[in-house]
Amino acid sequence: MSILEFERVSYQYPSEDFDIIDQLSFSVEPGSFHCIIGVSGCGKSTIFRMTNGLLQPKGGTIRVGGVPITEQKHYCGYMPQKDLLFPWRTIGENLALPLEIQGGTTKQERRELIDAALADVGLEGCRDKMPQELSGGMRQRAAFARTMLTGSDLLLLDEPFSALDFLTRISMQEWLLDQWQRHKKTILFITHDVEEAVFLSSSVLVVESTPIRSLREIPVPMDYPRTRQDLSQPEIVGLREQLVDMLRKQVTP
Amino acid sequence: MKKACKGNLPALLFLFALLMLWQLGAMKIDASYILPTPMQILRKLWELRVILFTVHLPATMEVTLIGLAISLVLGLGLAVLMDVSPFWQKALYPVVVASQTIPTTTIAPLFVLWFGYGIWSKVLVTILITFFPITITVYDGLRSAKVEMAELLLTYGATKRDIYWKVKVPCALPYFFSAVKMAVPMSIIGAAIGEWLGAQSGLGYFSRRMMTQLDGAGVFSPIVLLSVTAMVTVGIVSLLEKRLVRWRGES
Repeated sequence: MSILEFERVSYQYPSEDFDIIDQLSFSVEPGSFHCIIGVSGCGKSTIFRMTNGLLQPKGGTIRVGGVPITEQKHYCGYMPQKDLLFPWRTIGENLALPLEIQGGTTKQERRELIDAALADVGLEGCRDKMPQELSGGMRQRAAFARTMLTGSDLLLLDEPFSALDFLTRISMQEWLLDQWQRHKKTILFITHDVEEAVFLSSSVLVVESTPIRSLREIPVPMDYPRTRQDLSQPEIVGLREQLVDMLRKQVTP
Repeated sequence: MKKACKGNLPALLFLFALLMLWQLGAMKIDASYILPTPMQILRKLWELRVILFTVHLPATMEVTLIGLAISLVLGLGLAVLMDVSPFWQKALYPVVVASQTIPTTTIAPLFVLWFGYGIWSKVLVTILITFFPITITVYDGLRSAKVEMAELLLTYGATKRDIYWKVKVPCALPYFFSAVKMAVPMSIIGAAIGEWLGAQSGLGYFSRRMMTQLDGAGVFSPIVLLSVTAMVTVGIVSLLEKRLVRWRGES
């Protein structure tokens, strides 16, 4: 059974006269890592914003774990492009946000969960620091830990590393793969960086045109665990070129 | 503490120079009923200390505190109402702004007519002067809350109440303190104006009484006391702010 399923989903922005998402159907198997790749403004973030409930589709059904999302809560963890750590809360208090809102945990339980989550992302001892004291990569790891604490099996990551410098970004990519393999979550990852998409995903979902009527699935012929050296294999280099060509056709300079 | 002194040194020096100039100028003019010297004012303050500190300062502070408290409740209430409801925002915002075009000092005598020489005519002047900056500043603070943060909480399943307490209120808190720091001196001025126009006690009233007696130093000494009180109160609010606001402005 697929963990996420779009069935003929459409969405239209009030300011536009066409459906930016037009009868889109696709599904995602549990435990997979997919990157959705497309040019800026193609509507890939709209797919996320419908999945997490911030936007209501005009038509069609979105199911998570076989159940329509309108009938459930707390089914996905969403991490936006900016880390959005609240600057007036310490790192620990930031991580507490999803737990506080979902309720049902005592202060002591929350504290234990937060300490475990921080240790897991390599931020032991940062619980009482303010977000401003952390570097960009550390902040993204804290934001990821907060997303993990939603407790959902489906994680939606919307260009989480795009604001980081190159070296931090590639080490965060390796770190994220490691996290994914240890926690067996399903990750959907939006990016417009072809290399990032190829390095991370088991198969890339390409947005070939706007409005989005389908996502073209292109498998990446590489086993996990991966290293950056694998990116120079001839078939991977070929795949990268193929993806760049597909995207460049849509860009009008 | 040492650092603060060092930072304020240029201001203190400048102030001292001004006072010296005043002292010398006033000594040259030599008409203390028009322009008393700073030394004369201080001496007067000392002579009048009992009546000023036991009768008139408490009277003024009572007006100030009651007025400020009502302004805070009113201002916060209006700000939240305008933030929650677009209808009330449209209905109230222009009226609140327009209320500031009324020259309060000139209509204040009316309040004395309506409410008499008691405390309430003065409280009303104070409220009219202070509720505006509180309302507008806190409203701006509530508006400054980032939509993305609220959206993130929505994906966690947050209710409107969660969003208000976890995003809006913390965002508005620094604005709230700015508003209070603005409102404190204004409320003291408001109380003094009210007392000038008609009262039986208070520093404003006392200053006016000295005026009729052509006692220049006596006019100034309650004013000095008013300024010092305002500065001390703002200082206390700043201390509170430092404890409560761990973050200010841009992230």
